[in-house]
Amino acid sequence: MGETTATADQAPGAVAGDDGRAGARAADEAGGGTGGALAVPAAGAVGIELRELHRAYGRVAALDGLSLTIAPGELVALLGPSGCGKTTALRALAGFERPDSGQILVGGIDITGVPANKRDMGMVFQAYSLFPNLTALGNVAFGLRLRGLAARRRRARAAELLELVGLADRAGQYPHQLSGGQQQRVALARALAIEPRVLLLDEPLSALDAQVRAALRDEIRSLQTRLGITTLFVTHDQEEALSLADRVGVMRAGRLEQIAAPEVVYAWPRTAFVAEFVGTVNRLPGRLDAAGTGSGGGTVEVIGQRLPVLEVGSSDRSLGQDVAVLVRPEAVLLAALDPAGGPEGQRDGAAAAPGVPGRVVQRSFRGAVTRVQVELPGIERAGVAGTGSAELTAAAAPGGPGGAGRSGLVVADVATAQVGDLAVGAQVLVSLADRPVLVTAP
Amino acid sequence: MAAVAGTEAVPAGQGPVTGEPARRGPAGGRRPRAAAAVRSSAWRWAVLLLAALYFLLPMAASLEFSLRDRDGGYSLESYRAIVDEPGFASALWTSVKLGLITVALTIGLLVPTMTLVHLRFPWLRRVIETITVLPLVIPPVVLVIGVLGAFEGAPNWLIGSPTILAFEYVILAMPFAYRSLDAGIGAIDLRTLVEASRSLGGGWATELFRVVLPNLRGAVLGACVLTLALVLGEFAMASLLLWSTFPTWVVQVAGTQAGVSVAVSVLSLFLTWALLMLLMFLGDRRGRRSTFLGGVPGG
Repeated sequence: MGETTATADQAPGAVAGDDGRAGARAADEAGGGTGGALAVPAAGAVGIELRELHRAYGRVAALDGLSLTIAPGELVALLGPSGCGKTTALRALAGFERPDSGQILVGGIDITGVPANKRDMGMVFQAYSLFPNLTALGNVAFGLRLRGLAARRRRARAAELLELVGLADRAGQYPHQLSGGQQQRVALARALAIEPRVLLLDEPLSALDAQVRAALRDEIRSLQTRLGITTLFVTHDQEEALSLADRVGVMRAGRLEQIAAPEVVYAWPRTAFVAEFVGTVNRLPGRLDAAGTGSGGGTVEVIGQRLPVLEVGSSDRSLGQDVAVLVRPEAVLLAALDPAGGPEGQRDGAAAAPGVPGRVVQRSFRGAVTRVQVELPGIERAGVAGTGSAELTAAAAPGGPGGAGRSGLVVADVATAQVGDLAVGAQVLVSLADRPVLVTAP
Repeated sequence: MAAVAGTEAVPAGQGPVTGEPARRGPAGGRRPRAAAAVRSSAWRWAVLLLAALYFLLPMAASLEFSLRDRDGGYSLESYRAIVDEPGFASALWTSVKLGLITVALTIGLLVPTMTLVHLRFPWLRRVIETITVLPLVIPPVVLVIGVLGAFEGAPNWLIGSPTILAFEYVILAMPFAYRSLDAGIGAIDLRTLVEASRSLGGGWATELFRVVLPNLRGAVLGACVLTLALVLGEFAMASLLLWSTFPTWVVQVAGTQAGVSVAVSVLSLFLTWALLMLLMFLGDRRGRRSTFLGGVPGG
């Protein structure tokens, strides 16, 4: 159900305001040492470079020539479905997994052969990583103890870090006495205590419930920004990746499919896989115009409209052919039709555009937007929907709301304030926003 | 997101399936089930009672016999006589010493091995598990001869003293100690804990002494108790190798002083039991879920 809120937050631009209350509080509490400058790499921040990493388990290639560069102080999120190699990449960087070939450089120095305990990286695991026999304070002090810090100093430092994550009053409690979110906070404090050069986060929020997850997510981000630690974050949750990272790398089959700022990945996905994995996407049947093709993009005809094609690099499209057009729900425009058939409620000036008639079959409220499912008679779904649009596949299955399953379905995100006249069963005119679209093989 | 679209399909599909048994349940099912519950609870008590008789009767009989006087009355005479009996102290000391050596060897051998197998060679787990069961199947005589064969050419202070028994006992204790430790390892996320320790800069010694051992405390204590209890009661091997340990001494005394030998048995029973309670208490002191004796087969 956590996904229900996803779409609302995904809108480009929602990423900016990371520095919320948690950040302000943390900044107030910063005693010394870290300078407190926001979004500036710490003095000792290092860059990371993964070069052509390969790692195979039997015949399965977990890493297939992965190359990735992370700037000092940057937070990069690796996003992908399970088995795409994102965790292997993180574990290779941590030193728990040795790549078959390739190089790992931190601060320009090759550490490929350095064992995990000499790499100086703080890591937060998925769950259950706190030492059950130690208190929260003992856990945070663990790494300091290994570094030979005197008992009093490591206690003071551990207490300081617990305060940083807002758990000063839980210092004496054992992990089993803490909630999941508190445990992960302690784990974060423990990882930060050793002042690592690199922070590794291995799906640290995946075991938490939605509310705690969102709060801790913001807190991790503000801490990371303030401390300026170079960070690699691995997740399968697109909302997490988009809202947290400076850059998001979408992985598939051991390689990076695209790596760019969250807004770019969402708005200009380089491949159909990225488009469908990040956010929800509609697949509509279209036909590439022969005219204007070449590397320049060209146009595509889809539900009676002609739209420019987003440049895709090495796409599988050939010209003059049937394709699937990928359209985000917020790029689908709906205008209510009165029973006679003419357009009635006109929104965004879109009613002037040509469109196709459809019928609202389902509505789900998602806060600021309402997701509306519209049935398009006579237009079949183009191809099998990928990961991101599982919704469409399910909805169009026989026995679903589509009835016979013949008609295509399209989902549109409509501002909740304007959704009033789009009741279930209402006739609507469906058109697409005039912006470049991504096409793929049907 | 599939959940959103599925909301309509789910009730349609599940309705008839879940609905019907629910309706049938309370009407037709209650009375026979209540009767069955009474019957099964009666059976449970009967079995429990039989088991209690089976275990408690011999103990009660021993206790009664050890308290009996020569003139038919009751006294603590037999218990007092233990101390006077020649060989008692040395036999007990030998057994305790053997017990401690065996415990040290068993834990020292099993904990690192099992940690390593669990983390690095998980496919070996089945093999190890099978091997640890072997001592239950192989007769003691074979084990005795096997160990002696393996130690051929070893220095005399080892073969020529009861210490050699400790190596036999390590094998005997293996099935029990292994299971206790295995349950302990299964109850914690060993891999994550070890990786956490390593990412914080810990080497193998840190892993073993700061992470593995403290978190297997209950399991290690369990393995210790089982091993110790086994050594304090082992007769066959010691007797075959002609060493005088506590159990062989008890048997020897039984031939001449029946009362004393039974008194000693009862005493050792209570001592072992007290030891068990003590360790359970220690293992549970922090209120953590205990893995104590978790995976030990009944017996």
